[in-house]
This record gives sequence, C-alpha cells and structure tokens, in this order.
Amino acid sequence: MVEVTWQGPDVSARQNVEDRARALNRLRLSDDVFRIMTRSAAMFVLAILGGVILALFLGSLPALREFGFGFLVSESWNPVTEKFGALAPVYGTLMTSFLAMLIAVPFGLLIAMFLTELCPKWLRRPIGIAIELLAGIPSIIYGIWGLFVLAPFLQQYIQPPLIKTFQNVPGLSALFEGPPYGIGIFTASLILAIMVLPFVTSISRDVFDAVPPVLKEAAYGLGCSTWEVMRYVVLPYTRVGVIGGVMLGLGRALGETMAVTFVIGNAHRISTSLLAPGTTISATIANEFTEAVGDLYTSSLIALGLILFVITFVVLAIARYLLMRIERRIG
Amino acid sequence: MNLATAASSTEPRAPIDPANLKPKITLRDLDFYYGDAKALKSITMSLYENKVTAFIGPSGCGKSTLLRVLNRMYDLYPNQRASGQVSFDGTNVLDPGLDLNLLRARIGMVFQKPTPFPMSIYENIAFGIRLYEKLTKSELDQRVEQSLRRAALWEEVKDKLGANGLSLSGGQQQRLCIARTVAVRPEVILFDEPCSALDPISTAKVEELIQELAEDYTIAIVTHNMQQAARVSDKTAFMYLGELVEFDDTNKIFTSPSDRRTQDYITGRFG
Amino acid sequence: MDTAIYASRRRRNHISVAASIAATVIGLGWLALILGSLFWQGFSGLSLRVFLENTPPPGSDGGLLNAIVGSLIFTVLAVAFGTPIGILAGTYMAEYGRHARLTHVVRFINDILLSAPSIVVGLFIYEVMVRPMGHFSGISGAVALAVIVIPVVVRTTEDMLLLVPDTMREAAASIGLPRSLMIQKVAYRAARSGIVTGILLAVARVSGETAPLLFTALNNQFYSTNLNAPMSSLPVVIFQFALSPYKDWQKLAWTGALIITLAVLALSITARALSAARKTS
Repeated sequence: MVEVTWQGPDVSARQNVEDRARALNRLRLSDDVFRIMTRSAAMFVLAILGGVILALFLGSLPALREFGFGFLVSESWNPVTEKFGALAPVYGTLMTSFLAMLIAVPFGLLIAMFLTELCPKWLRRPIGIAIELLAGIPSIIYGIWGLFVLAPFLQQYIQPPLIKTFQNVPGLSALFEGPPYGIGIFTASLILAIMVLPFVTSISRDVFDAVPPVLKEAAYGLGCSTWEVMRYVVLPYTRVGVIGGVMLGLGRALGETMAVTFVIGNAHRISTSLLAPGTTISATIANEFTEAVGDLYTSSLIALGLILFVITFVVLAIARYLLMRIERRIG
Repeated sequence: MNLATAASSTEPRAPIDPANLKPKITLRDLDFYYGDAKALKSITMSLYENKVTAFIGPSGCGKSTLLRVLNRMYDLYPNQRASGQVSFDGTNVLDPGLDLNLLRARIGMVFQKPTPFPMSIYENIAFGIRLYEKLTKSELDQRVEQSLRRAALWEEVKDKLGANGLSLSGGQQQRLCIARTVAVRPEVILFDEPCSALDPISTAKVEELIQELAEDYTIAIVTHNMQQAARVSDKTAFMYLGELVEFDDTNKIFTSPSDRRTQDYITGRFG
Repeated sequence: MDTAIYASRRRRNHISVAASIAATVIGLGWLALILGSLFWQGFSGLSLRVFLENTPPPGSDGGLLNAIVGSLIFTVLAVAFGTPIGILAGTYMAEYGRHARLTHVVRFINDILLSAPSIVVGLFIYEVMVRPMGHFSGISGAVALAVIVIPVVVRTTEDMLLLVPDTMREAAASIGLPRSLMIQKVAYRAARSGIVTGILLAVARVSGETAPLLFTALNNQFYSTNLNAPMSSLPVVIFQFALSPYKDWQKLAWTGALIITLAVLALSITARALSAARKTS
C-alpha cells in the first residue's frame, strides 16, 4: 500500500536552523507592515466618521453663530435677507419619514408573515430574491417614477376626492385641504414608503426565520391559528429585531434624498395639509446647495446636514444596538 | 473488550531498551489554562527521537491541548496560556520571545480534519517550501514529488498536480496534508486524531505511514482509538482530567498497566 | 368546545391571512408597476444615439455618452480607492483584531456609515476637497463615492473571512507560515468569491448614487475626462433633465434611469449567482 520507491534522504534531511531563521527574518518586515496597514485601515473607518462630524460642524459654525439656537425653531428661509431657520425642513423630514413608516411597516410585516408562514415553498425564493433586488435599485429611479407617474395620477384621481370627502369633517379637513398639487408631503411619503418597503420586509423576514421552529410547532400543536402563532409567539419573540429593522428603515427614510427631492415641492413652510408642498433637509440641500450664494447661506445648508446626520446617527445607532442584541440571543 | 483482546490487536513488541531512547522534547511541570480553567496539571514527560508516542484518554482529558502546546498553536487564541518548561533542542518552547514560525516549521502538525489549502495539489506542497528555501523549478518539482511519495500519495496524484487540493477524497486530502508537513522538513510531527474523519482503508494507510515516518521523525499522536495507539506507537501516555496518569512502553500500558485508572480505561470501563 | 370562540378565532385568522396575501400582492405589484413604467418609458427612448452623442442643449436631441463615460470613470475610481481600504480594514477585524476593542467600535461605526445619508457624504467631501481646491472636480466626486464603497466592502470582507474555518488558519500556522502570508495566500483565497460579491454590491450601490455627486463633481454638458474639472454622470444628468421642462431631456432622463437600473440589476444578480455558487461548492 505504501510505496517504498521514494529515494534519497533529501526530504527528511534537515535544513540548518540558522538558514531558516534568516529566511523568516526576511518575511518579518512585510509581516509587520501588513499588520500595521490593516490596523490603520480599520482606524481610517473611524477617521471617516470623525471627519464627517468635524467637517459638518466647522462648516455650520457661521450659521450657528449667527442664529444660535433660534436656527432650530425658526421657520423662515430667506436667501435675500439672509434669515435662515431649520424648522420647515426638519418638520418635513420627520413628517415624511413618519408617514412612510406608518405605511411601510404594516405592509412589510404582513409580507414577511406571508413569506415565512403562508407562502408555498417554491414561491418563497423568487419573491425573496425579487425583494432583495428591489432594495438595491437606486433611489433616483423611485424619484423619477414618482415625478412622472405617481404625482400626476394622485393629482388627477386621488387627491380631489380626498379633499372633497374630508372638507366637512372637522379635524381631518385641515390635513387634506388646498388645491391638488400632485407633489407634496403626501406624495413624498408614499414614494418613501415604497422605497423602504423592501428593507423592512427583508429584515423582518430574516428575524422571523430565526425563530426556533420548536416554538412555532409547540404553538401550532396547541391548535393555534397562523395569526395566533404570529401574534403571540413570533412577534413577541422577535420584537427587538423587528424594532431594529424598523429603525434601520427609518434611518434610510430620514436621509433619503433623491426619491423625495423630485416630489416634495421644495416649499419652505409648514402647513397642516398633507397635500401641500413642503421640503426635507436632504431635498433642501440637494436643490439649493450649488446655487447658494454667500457664506451664510452655504453654512446654513451645511448646518441642516449636521442636524440630519445627528438625527440619523441616533436612529441608526439604536437600530444597530437592537439588532445586535437579537443576534446575540440567537447566535 | 477485555485486556487480552486489546493487547492481542498489536504484535508483541520487544521492550524498548532505555539506552536507545534519546529525548527530543522534554516537558517539565507543564500547566495550561483556558482562561481560569486549568486544563493541564503539572505534566512531566519526554518525546523520544524516532519514536511514536501516543496520547490516549477520554474526551476532554487534555491530550489535544498538550499537543497544541508543543507547537504553541494556542498562541493564535486569546486567554490561553501555559507555564512550566518545554525544552526542545536547548530552547524553551514556552519562551515568549521565541520565533513561532520557526518553531512550527520544525514541529509540524497534522489535524483531525484534512485541511488542504484552497489551491492546487502542487501549490499546497510547494507553498511551504518556498518560504524557507530558494529552489530552482526542477529542484522544487523534485521536492514536491519526494514529499508526495513520502506521504504515499504520488502514484494517485502525479497526473493531476494542477487539480485543486479540495477535489481529492478525504483520505487523500489527509495524506496531502502529511506531504505538506513533511515538505517543510520538520524534526517532529504532531498528529491530532489524524484518522477520526477517515474510512477504515484510508486509516490503515495513514497508520502505516506514521510508522514509516518514525524512521526519520519524532512523532506524537493523539487518538481516541486505543487499538490505533497500540498499533502505531512505541510509547503511550494515558491522560485523565488534565493529568498524566501513566506513561510507559505501549506494550506495557496495554498488557500490564500499573495504574488502576489506566486499566479501567483500556478495558472500556469508562471514557 | 365553544363554537362562538372558535368561529371568531377562525374569522380573525382568515382576515389576517387575507391581509397578508393582499399586502404581498400590492407590495410586489407596486414595485412591478415602477419597473414596468421604467422599462416602457426607457426603452422607447433607447437608441444607438444614446451611446454615441453627448448630452444636448435644451430643446434639441442628443445622447448620454459623456454621462455614461463619467459614471464609468467614477465607479472605477471609487472602487479603486475604496476597495483596498475596505479589504484591509475588514482583514484587521476578522484576523488580527478579532477580539480587540477597536474591532467592536469599528464594526458599530461601519454599520452606521453603511446606511448614513449619502448627501452628508457629499457635504463632507465638499468641505474637505471642493472648498480647498476652489472648484468642483471629477476627482472629488470619485472620493465621495469611495467613502460610500468602503463600509460595504469592510462589512462583506469581515463576514467572509470569519466564514473561513479556523482549522485552515491553524494548518497554515503549522507549517510556519507568517500571519500575513496566511491571510494573503490562504484566507483571501478561501474567501475570494465572497469578497468579490461584496465589491460587486458596492459597485451596484455606487452606480446609482446621485446625492454625493451633486456638489462634488457637479455636472458637465460636454465630454470631459479631466478629473480636475466638473464631470458628468448618469444620475446627476437624470436629476437635472427630469426636473427640466423640456420633453427631450425628460425622455433622456428615463432612458438614463433604465440604463442604471439594468446595470444595477445585472450586478446584483451576478453577485447573487456568485454567492450561490460558493454555497453549493
């Protein structure tokens, strides 16, 4: 079985230990260099974050000095008199994101429920892949579709009946008043909802999938219906992960630029009506930055960017923290 | 299984003349810790030149841990440390300033699961050689062939040296790993349960190989298979709960062990 | 058995199941609608001219040549700048510093950068490059996109290297291989297809990014490959043309959007196929 044909003592002949040590010494330098390079690259990632914060802070200093805390609570945005306040874009950002999540989260959870509990096996993969591919489509595509297809459609067929229906309902009439522009907070929220839907769906599906099958089997074994298993077993078990996923989607929605800029209307005012045009932080920056004249104008736009970054940072940090917790529990 | 059948599975060996035993590696009061847990307790013993030393004992007894101390493999992981002395050719293996790569080139290791690198069969072998020596193409070819022959694999792979190492069967992969170890020309080879993932035929080949290799190398093998220890080794160490219970000629361990626990283990009363 | 309770449970279950199916149909239908109109509008404007002529002045027709070339240049440069840093950082996290504090911090920060608003990256590069240089430039656009590439590559590199079994590392160490060579010759090789997948995903992500380019590379109506001057890119042209009142420009915006979408879909599908091939091998 073992061949006896190997010749010569060459293989087992020992190489001088000093020769080997010398050979290894030559490699030591490159070994150290590589290690230091990887470590520096890791620190560079931290430096990017530090750089972003520092650059935004320094860039927004002139505006913050000029307006102080008033920047946050002032609604005026007047390039001519150089009076700037962040309230309208901040309101628009929060409002569109909130409405978008209000639509996308129930949809996302229901689709995730369909994928994990109801969907026939052969359909599960194609739908899952389709959703992940859609999550990768650039937001500008959603924006252009919103501008040319969704907005005219809403203007013609949806908004007039909405206005008409609610015009005599106290309380709600304020939300749906004014002429049907097509573009505005409502349209932007819809587009955002469509855009974050794939994110929310795929994360919810992943956390639902992570529920140990025995838990679900035990509940089904008691005679629970699909809905009851979802409601009383899966959702409580995955609550932290689902909230993490929702926060992640929210982070995306808050910072989203292109999908919103097309359809928000870019109007620096806060109106109670959801159908009225408004603006968001990112839309304001995208629309006005290159045309901004004067240091104060530019600086105010950068200050808006700083506010946006702080908001998304907090939201994303909470999201990651929650997702990390559920990963630890499962892993 | 009783004492008699365990012993009969090996040919009777003549007792080893102590005058022929030259210590290659000597352990003195070796302790080992995983974090705060003590995994090896004051081990003192020697591995002898051109002899096969087998380590047996129930799972978790520390036999694999001991092997991984000898080439400082534990250094790859945090919170693992050893104390005591392991002398190898006049140096202390545990010396923190030691060049580990040099140590590992001199003390090779073959693992439980075959671990060919994700590259061709030829490269798997040539890779380690090039680290230490500058050879011409034909010298290198020759070394690769010799190493593969030494691992009894040459005839099976000589026509497909360019094929991926992972395309071989499990037994062939394990012999490829042995060839890879031999190619760097070590002085000691450590086998960590080398046959536990192999079928009986491949196991027989590897066992035969180990005995052949003992002509040129000092060998230590960890095994959970007592017959294997009896078949391939000259010396056997029985370990239990981190202690070295008994260390003697294999023949002696399997016929008349002096410790009660050794006897219980090899007759299958526990473990 | 109380039949009334049973009936109400049954009804509730039927309603929720119906809602779940309806949500899936509506959700997917809506997304299909978007792709449908994109293909409809985009294909009707697609012709050879799109690839042969530069962007036209208002009111006349032309193509997207300068924008396509610009986008290719941006993508190549962003990947060339960002990938090495990303791979090295991911290597540190999975290999040298697997248990280090730095790794935990970097992982957390990197995950945040991964979904941070891209327009903020544009502002950042404006502050550190455009303002000091005094003018918009192609190179600053490429750097802005590189900042977006890095977190994607860091993440996949770390994940893929962590999938390489430790036994492989031990085997490499056992023949005396120095750590750096073990990583470069053994671990990278074992994780190769996964890392390539990550790079493809980064390319897909970057090729549609608009916001970071708006005030770094700006736009250029003419054909230009001068990295020290404003440079055109597909997303920025789409943005500008779609919001214009000219029908010809709007048509080109749709066509540009279709080109980007096809490119992104092709990249993501390739990446998926690669990782599927890895799992089965």
